[in-house]
Amino acid sequence: MMRYKRFFLQLIIILLFIGLVGILINNLIINLIRTDLGFNFYWLLKPASFALSEHALPFSPSDSYAWALLIGWINSLKVILFSLIFSTILGIIIGLSRTSKNILIKKISSFYITFIRQTPLLLQLMFWYFVGFLGLKNKFINFSNILKINTQGIEFFGLSLTPEFSALFIGLSVFTSAFIGEVIRGGIISVEKGQWESFRSLGLSERDGLIKVIIPQALPAIIPGLTSQYLNLAKNSTLAIAIGYSDIYAINDTIINQTGRAIECFIILLLTFLILNLSITNLMEKINKLINKKQIYIN
Amino acid sequence: MNTIIKVKNISKSYSRGLLALDNVSLKVNQGKVLVIMGPSGSGKSTLIRTFNGLETFDAGEIEILGIKINQNYNERRIQKIRKRVGMVFQQFNLFPHLCILDNITLAPLNVQKRSRVEAEEYGMYLLSQMGISMHAEKYPSQLSGGEQQRVAIARTLALKPELLLFDEPTSALDPERINEVLDVMRKLAQDGMTMVVVTHEINFAKEVSDQILFMDSGKVIETSTPDIFFSNAKHERSRKFLNQLDK
Repeated sequence: MMRYKRFFLQLIIILLFIGLVGILINNLIINLIRTDLGFNFYWLLKPASFALSEHALPFSPSDSYAWALLIGWINSLKVILFSLIFSTILGIIIGLSRTSKNILIKKISSFYITFIRQTPLLLQLMFWYFVGFLGLKNKFINFSNILKINTQGIEFFGLSLTPEFSALFIGLSVFTSAFIGEVIRGGIISVEKGQWESFRSLGLSERDGLIKVIIPQALPAIIPGLTSQYLNLAKNSTLAIAIGYSDIYAINDTIINQTGRAIECFIILLLTFLILNLSITNLMEKINKLINKKQIYIN
Repeated sequence: MNTIIKVKNISKSYSRGLLALDNVSLKVNQGKVLVIMGPSGSGKSTLIRTFNGLETFDAGEIEILGIKINQNYNERRIQKIRKRVGMVFQQFNLFPHLCILDNITLAPLNVQKRSRVEAEEYGMYLLSQMGISMHAEKYPSQLSGGEQQRVAIARTLALKPELLLFDEPTSALDPERINEVLDVMRKLAQDGMTMVVVTHEINFAKEVSDQILFMDSGKVIETSTPDIFFSNAKHERSRKFLNQLDK
């Protein structure tokens, strides 16, 4: 009896699934017919005829849509990579501060994490852009021409970053660092108390003990959490559209408005994001394996 | 005779007003072995852990190797003590991510800034003294409990300490492994090392100790030589404890 029941249940679920996919495909076909555009990617080679304020490679409105998408991807990867590095550094500092014996440092980092984690990222990006950068005076910080921060964005060793990029970069980094901080803290407190007592009684300083004894043992617990924060960061970067940074999502949006090719654009967007996040996951898994290989003897 | 440990009226209370240490005083001279006995929860471990600052206390004063500490945590002084005092734990607490030799050389390299060649040479010498030099390249989890504890002893000896603290060093070991650790400790005592040992091993206490300190509920009940303590303890509470251990 049980076997039949289970069989029918599975059959119903499969039928429901097929039905749902059918409806979606049907909708798609109806929409394609209605727009009278057909499904193809030839339009990618037509001129984009819009301008981009931020481009790492030369770009003019007469360049193709495909070229515009590539520029968008470079812009996205640029902000993701910068934020990834900076949020990790900031996250390590926050995480270590949370486990610090100094009560003031502990309270400040705890407040930072609470505040950043409880407010929406979109709001924070708006804050950094409109209040943080556009609200600055023209000469806000000018540190002997090495570091300049003003309404024109950030200039660091001659490398100038637009206010849109700067706001997105700082906003994403600060937001993600709060989460990374918690991941780091979790890893550190997962190490047995005896290990702390052991290095302390050997006369090692807190710093040496942390670097040589605690962190190597905390890493296996940190890496998986860190991976999911990196994936979140990559996906969150699409909020760039809110402050006018021309990332892949913003450029896709413009192209959809111009051409009406929503389906093709979303397929491109989905696939490319899938590839990006799969590469991040893959890379982190390799790092994880490398660490676990070294840690094979930890029970 | 140099006094290595001088404890003057130290007390420590937990939040509920419970006393972990109740007006404890003691003295250990150079080259002597003090064994601390008592039922579990009597404050033995808390007491020995105050000697190198792993545990704080609320009142009184401790002087270790001439360095005074009191209820105000003084990082610099405690660090000074830790560089000269070794400690061995019940759970060994070896570093699981480092091989045996790296476990031993970590502190000499980072605390005493010795050269790697010198630290490794001395580390290998200590391991051969413990009869486990063949395990130098292995990791802690590949060794038996008795072997791990001997590595832990070698690790503290690598800093050439002037005082060794043992917090129930054999309590986590299989009965047939206990002696290989006690033998090492016997040899250390013979060589004139000043030691404080928290243990339940009566035979070890009888043979090796110069003094037995018996504790119950945070108080020192009696301090006697082992001859007196084991044959004719002064205090009723001590006799009751020894009777129970015999059973």
